[in-house]
Amino acid sequence: MRPHETTAEPSKTGERVSSSRVRRFTRAERWVHRVTALLMGLCVLTAACLYVPQLAELVGRRALVVTLHEWSGLLLPLPVLLGLGSRAFRADLGRLNRFGPHDRVWLRSALRRDARPASRPAGKFNAGQKTYAAWIAGATLVMLGTGLVMWFTHLTPLVWRTSATFVHDWLALTIGIVLAGHIGMALSDPESRRGLRTGAVSREWAEREHPLWRP
Amino acid sequence: MNSQQPTPSEPEREREPEEGGSPVGRRLLLGMLGLGALGVAAAPTLQRGLESFLGGAADKDPTGLTGLLPNGGGFRYYSVTSSVPHKNADDYRLTIDGLVDHPTTYTLSDLRALPQTRLVRDVQCVTGWRVPHTPFEGVRLSRLLDAAGVRSSAGAVRFKCFDGTYTESLTLSQARRADVLVALRMQDKDLSHSHGGPVRLYVAPMYFYKSAKWLSGITVTSDVRPGYWEDRGYDVDAWVGRSNGRDDEAT
Repeated sequence: MRPHETTAEPSKTGERVSSSRVRRFTRAERWVHRVTALLMGLCVLTAACLYVPQLAELVGRRALVVTLHEWSGLLLPLPVLLGLGSRAFRADLGRLNRFGPHDRVWLRSALRRDARPASRPAGKFNAGQKTYAAWIAGATLVMLGTGLVMWFTHLTPLVWRTSATFVHDWLALTIGIVLAGHIGMALSDPESRRGLRTGAVSREWAEREHPLWRP
Repeated sequence: MNSQQPTPSEPEREREPEEGGSPVGRRLLLGMLGLGALGVAAAPTLQRGLESFLGGAADKDPTGLTGLLPNGGGFRYYSVTSSVPHKNADDYRLTIDGLVDHPTTYTLSDLRALPQTRLVRDVQCVTGWRVPHTPFEGVRLSRLLDAAGVRSSAGAVRFKCFDGTYTESLTLSQARRADVLVALRMQDKDLSHSHGGPVRLYVAPMYFYKSAKWLSGITVTSDVRPGYWEDRGYDVDAWVGRSNGRDDEAT
């Protein structure tokens, strides 16, 4: 951690005004998210221009749009792979992976639409965030695999390619919906966005939204 | 410096509940991969079912939204340029030149006056999408070639499009096949602009990139010159199922 980044935390010499802020993400983690979001956005935009007839007619230039789509898709896992070099990122991946008993409580409440804070216990990440992270990671890899089959037409027989297209298309639609949900959640929670923008969140927010998190 | 280092003023920190727990995230991720593989394996069956279901639903759907769903029976619009001029019966021309005795220019009504052939086949894109049982109607290319009088030195046919960029080509024997049309109608309607209208090529036994849209010129040449996508890696002899990778059953 660099000295100029620690102002958001209680300094060694004592409490300051900034002690109401809690560190949530390191610089490396924020960049992983930013670059992943950018590549995913490029993938979705170019996909729309390739697939939706009205947009395809508007944009044309198929060879260029295809190239952009292929490369943004191919590079999509790269920020996460590079992020593995960061200890904080690896620690957060561990947190996202492990589901405790409180996560079951959270998921059950979410299914019952019970939004009371007491029925939504969460550590640094709530069960919904964990589920999203694992699902989108798996979905991205499936898109990558099926996308490569469609890209390199000499790789497989036609029936594989037709099948890969089938999975690629329907999963793309699903990802679009889930991604819209992810962005919608972020839009409705400015403090969580601040967490990814600046790296720190208010202590009050952390205690309300992630009561089991011990930053 | 490290925030995990306990400071004397702070009380002993509780253990985070996340340090234990079962690796559900990993299982979910691997589950998605398994589901993806299963989806690819089951796709032929699923796709047939969906095609017939969505095809039926599309008939009763006034919004046209089902056409946007995968396998909703929709074509996909492909253009390699930013915009394509519109042509109609007044300004459309098809020229036939090169190694022929009588270079000819056809108007749309000239083409409509010639005998029409109707074919119903599956449209198959090289990347995998397809539109089953699609009727195409138009003039056999062989008829136009015979009328122009192909010289004995000729070996291939090259196609130009009025989008200004796209090109395609066939060997002369491929071009003379009975299932190669200069198409004026698709799905029993006049070809619309977005489907390559008013006139496109239709090469039934090959991948759909051979069926050049917005056809404006047919030039008889001595050798095959690769077309637009073929310069970008696709096969020139694009038999469905027997090229771009393999020898599966043809459609």
